Amino acid sequence: METCFDFNKCKLGFKVFIYPIQERVSETYSKILRTIQNSIYYTSDPEQACVFILSIDTLDRDTLSKDYAKDIQSKLDQLSLWNNGKNHIVLNLYSGTWPNYIESLDFDIGEAMIAKASLSVFKFRPGFDISFPLFAKELPEIGGERAYVYNSINNIPPFREYLLGFKGKRYLTGIGSETRNSLYHIHNKEDIILLTTCRHGKNWQKKARELNDTRCKVDNEEYDKYDYKKLLYNATFCLVPRGRRLGSFREALQAGCIPVLLSNGWELPFSEVIDWSKAAVWGDERLLFQVPSIVRSLSVPEILALKQQTQFLWETYFSSIEKIVNTVLQIVKDRVNKHLARSLAVWNNFPGALSVLQEYSTSKSHPTPCTKWPGNLGVPVLVKTRNIKSISDRFQAFPDVQTDAVFSLDEDALITTDEIDFAFGVWREFPDRIVGYPAREHFYDTTKNRWSYTSTYSNEYSMILTGAAVYHRYYNYLYTNSLSTVYTQIVDQSQNCEDILMNFLVSHVTKQPPIKVTHRKIYKESMLGSSGRTRTSFSLDQQHFSQRQACLAHFVQLFGYMPLIRSKVRMDPVLFKDPVSNLRKKFRQIEVI
Amino acid sequence: MFSQTNCEDISDPKHLFLRSENSKTLELTTSSPGASPRDTRCTYHTCFDVYHCGYNDKTRISVYIYPVNQYVDQAGNAVTLPVSKEFYEMLEAIADSPYYTNDPDMACLLVPSVDLLNQNSIRLREVGQILASLPWWNNGNNHLLFNMLPGGSPDYSTVLEVDTGKAVIAGGGFSTWSYRRTFDVSIPIFNPLIQPDKMPQKSYLEKRTYLLISSQTSLHKEYRDVLHEIEKQEPRFLFIQKCPTDERTWNFSRRCKENVAYDYPQILQDSTFCLVVRGARIGQPALFDVMSAGCIPVIVADGYILPFSEVLDWKRIAVTVLEEELENLIQILESYSQEKIYELRQQVTFIWQKYFSSPKAIALTTLRIINDRVFPYAGKSYEEWNDMPNTKTIKNPLFLPLRPPSAQGFTAVILTYDRLESLFKVIHSVAKVPSLAKVVVVWNNQKKSPPPMTSWPDIGKPLKFVKTRKNKMSNRFFPYDEIQTECILALDDDIVMLTADELEFAYEVWREFPDRLVGFPSRVHLLDNTTNKWKYESEWTNDISMVLTGAAFYHKYFSYLYTHAMPVELKTWVDEHMNCEDIAMNFLMSNVTGKAAIKVTPRKKFKCPECVNTEMLSSDLGHMIERSDCINQFTRIYQSMPLKSIEFRADPVLYKDDFPDVLKKYKDIGML
Repeated sequence: METCFDFNKCKLGFKVFIYPIQERVSETYSKILRTIQNSIYYTSDPEQACVFILSIDTLDRDTLSKDYAKDIQSKLDQLSLWNNGKNHIVLNLYSGTWPNYIESLDFDIGEAMIAKASLSVFKFRPGFDISFPLFAKELPEIGGERAYVYNSINNIPPFREYLLGFKGKRYLTGIGSETRNSLYHIHNKEDIILLTTCRHGKNWQKKARELNDTRCKVDNEEYDKYDYKKLLYNATFCLVPRGRRLGSFREALQAGCIPVLLSNGWELPFSEVIDWSKAAVWGDERLLFQVPSIVRSLSVPEILALKQQTQFLWETYFSSIEKIVNTVLQIVKDRVNKHLARSLAVWNNFPGALSVLQEYSTSKSHPTPCTKWPGNLGVPVLVKTRNIKSISDRFQAFPDVQTDAVFSLDEDALITTDEIDFAFGVWREFPDRIVGYPAREHFYDTTKNRWSYTSTYSNEYSMILTGAAVYHRYYNYLYTNSLSTVYTQIVDQSQNCEDILMNFLVSHVTKQPPIKVTHRKIYKESMLGSSGRTRTSFSLDQQHFSQRQACLAHFVQLFGYMPLIRSKVRMDPVLFKDPVSNLRKKFRQIEVI
Repeated sequence: MFSQTNCEDISDPKHLFLRSENSKTLELTTSSPGASPRDTRCTYHTCFDVYHCGYNDKTRISVYIYPVNQYVDQAGNAVTLPVSKEFYEMLEAIADSPYYTNDPDMACLLVPSVDLLNQNSIRLREVGQILASLPWWNNGNNHLLFNMLPGGSPDYSTVLEVDTGKAVIAGGGFSTWSYRRTFDVSIPIFNPLIQPDKMPQKSYLEKRTYLLISSQTSLHKEYRDVLHEIEKQEPRFLFIQKCPTDERTWNFSRRCKENVAYDYPQILQDSTFCLVVRGARIGQPALFDVMSAGCIPVIVADGYILPFSEVLDWKRIAVTVLEEELENLIQILESYSQEKIYELRQQVTFIWQKYFSSPKAIALTTLRIINDRVFPYAGKSYEEWNDMPNTKTIKNPLFLPLRPPSAQGFTAVILTYDRLESLFKVIHSVAKVPSLAKVVVVWNNQKKSPPPMTSWPDIGKPLKFVKTRKNKMSNRFFPYDEIQTECILALDDDIVMLTADELEFAYEVWREFPDRLVGFPSRVHLLDNTTNKWKYESEWTNDISMVLTGAAFYHKYFSYLYTHAMPVELKTWVDEHMNCEDIAMNFLMSNVTGKAAIKVTPRKKFKCPECVNTEMLSSDLGHMIERSDCINQFTRIYQSMPLKSIEFRADPVLYKDDFPDVLKKYKDIGML
């Protein structure tokens, strides 16, 4: 990294430049480029750029593939900014082809970094190259398939029907054949189901005869007895033996099937920052017969932790192209700003490094509550008189805000100290959530076929209006520093919806709903109006309301899924409205109307 | 730099192989074969023979140490210097460790007793010959060599320049070019001149005079110039070097700025950050000095493989700055908050003491790293390597924010002895809850058999019962196979007051907080100022820290923990006293999750409406004393108070709102 990278280019900050697209690129590569363009690191000015990305599709270097781009070398030579690859990231999924599957690319990458799938420990230049996950064409650009455990039942205790599963081809000869050819030895037809088939290519029967492989018939019969998907979702552990390339890993991760790696010398995806020992079990191809006893030796809490970690990693770094690309950029960014780089504890604990900014990486996992706030008296009051250009400025990360909790209030919100104290007490138990008073809900509008917004009273809610809410100041930083202009534009143009965006952001990070606390009902109508805004004239405006509905639908598109989550719970003081003397109650003002 | 020891100096060697009478004198001739050159392509999977390491239940490698021999050339002159004190300590540490075996044929790893710590004090060619002559050398396979100072003048290689074949090198100055990842181990350079007892430990909270000190004596001119520039502008930067009076004789314990002398390494304790810049060698002993003083190292050595970086997270120990960023040093250091500085400082001291502070620590850490490569599934985790053991960091076992799908429902586990009438009433009332999936009755009476299946109420949901072998309170928290949902409702056979709406709502609350205990009547623990003991409180308070498990929802996983992972002493206490199993569950859950229980709805009691809550009767003092006693006992067993008090409860969103009842989903919420 130090010898082949020009750090001077990054003095202006971590910015990424993409060459203008001049030729056809594969659909996957164009998704990758679009993701970078939408990120906050993108710049269209090569002078500003720290890192360069080619607009020539280098993903697939399998000469037999239809996405194989020809004459890359001569194209590279024509690029005036190429500079022998310095500060360039070359992305590659497939290299080589049948029969050797060589790892090298068929052009000279010079001093460029390679982000490449299926790298071997030996080829990998640690701290410079990036081991990239292999992904399918179908991987969505944003959002992504949820980790299986989120939607399935009975995940804990973590045992599934089978202990260990695998279903795949065996190649009889060549790379990866040795391990796969011996899997049948530990297949026991009961809890260890390891299935291989010789059916590969057109002439497999002929080849099997030539090699005198007598197991093919038996193996094929066993193989046909089980369904791949069923096995994947019904096994506690999934064997990931070396193949020609390394793919089944990804599916196991999504399925919450703990990978048992039998791929000696394979550099695991994003190994620079991801601690795979928390989500996978290492076997050694040389010691295949130990695998059953290794997996049997793990305790229930260990298995439970491994399984949850697979799900966390999948959803945080792998489930969409956006996440994969952002992870690559963040890894390189941490290398450039060495002294700001986040510890492995941040990368490997929920919610992960993509939502934790460098400035906030000091606390090991969750933001910790601090008791300093609020002092009812003697609190310094700072008045910010600035050019308020945007409604988003309410979430500006003011350096003056030094407490962990931020109370966001509109100028005309009428709230008693009891209400504030109580909400703050609740927030201290849930410092990662927005805690507030008036709430709103999202719903799917089947008539318009889109997500929509409602303020009608109901038994559930999924958003808290930030006109009166407490949350961690860290979300102000996230709002200001992690959302690209694509998001904030919507807010700026409508001068509205900043609170909806904040709720999206927080739920996106925490995967939890906000928390509503009780408040005096008298203010319900007058103070917060039908759409919840304090500016009454404003809020009655039908246009304003439909704007919010449109915002919500738009945000869903940008996030790629609906991050909001509903809650049926309101938090009340322990003795709220109980038939005891008010004098015994701590938060008695809340009950006085 | 390492002190030489004659074998006679070592008083009473405990180990046979170290005794001088066992050492042989062997002669090398010029024609003795040398070892083959270091295999630069080695990785763990290609050069480390695992078949020798075998599988054992201890998941531990075994290490053999060759006897210490004398080697002489044809003229009879010694080829090697006597073993240094440091190397001797390393060998001794290995021999005293559980890794040690005296059978070379059983060994996974073999350590030659040739001291290679300092390349400057060995004869390269002859050492290669010695290695090749070792009886089990086999081209270095599974041999471990320790070296702290590699290379020599003028170009200072970053790796030991002895022919070592396929041997693993634990080296103190690897760069990205020489380090064979997954194979070699990068170790710290031990400095015997540091005497920790002469340097009293300062508290990490203490304020330091300087922001930054540079104290290395042989800095490259280029870096010296940059530092002089910084010195001019930054008064908090102390730039000290070799004293002018010490030009000829090397004096470790003194450093000077012009003519002002400072005690070294004590002066390092006066600075927040201490600079460690690469010199002729990329690995610098200064790193060891600086860390021993509890000063945060600022490492400026591009491509240096930091000691034990395979397992240690250096981002939490040191500041790494690129060589070309040296001029911006102050700006970078100023971006560190006081909090971050405290964290780093504590980490520096912890890491130094645990892994660096003695040759023994260095040798054993190296073995542990290799051990974990061989048995990765039993290896130490990131936290075990990097977290200070005394700071109690809670890792919630259910750390994913999962919300179990509502379709799954819950299993009501009812503990009963023989109150059939009341039990049937409870079964009938819980059957009305829509999300009930199954009822499991735990029959805790060994003298009486449960009535025949035909006489049980027909509730339209599966009903199973399990007979226990002993009447124990803990039986209620056993993870029975019959429980097939994640959510359990623990229910007593006399809880007749709860409405279906209340239970259904509580189940929904549990789904939002599946790692917490969700119940109805609550209790709180208070510290009695006069006795300094914990007290159990059942009055109507503004706080809660426990909920009763007479009717409470919780995750099945905690049944597993209660049965298999709770301190034995605690479990025995509960079973002997036939009481406090609910307090034990509250303790267990708060202890592993760090979270408080959640009280749902205003319910203060849930048994028969006409009876008075016994816990509220002052006449039942004995009961209250016993409950308080439980809290104090459990706190002692856990060595801390895991319970947390909160000031809120969970109600339905529209509870008590002035709003038509028809629109409320949970209207039947009882009062008391």
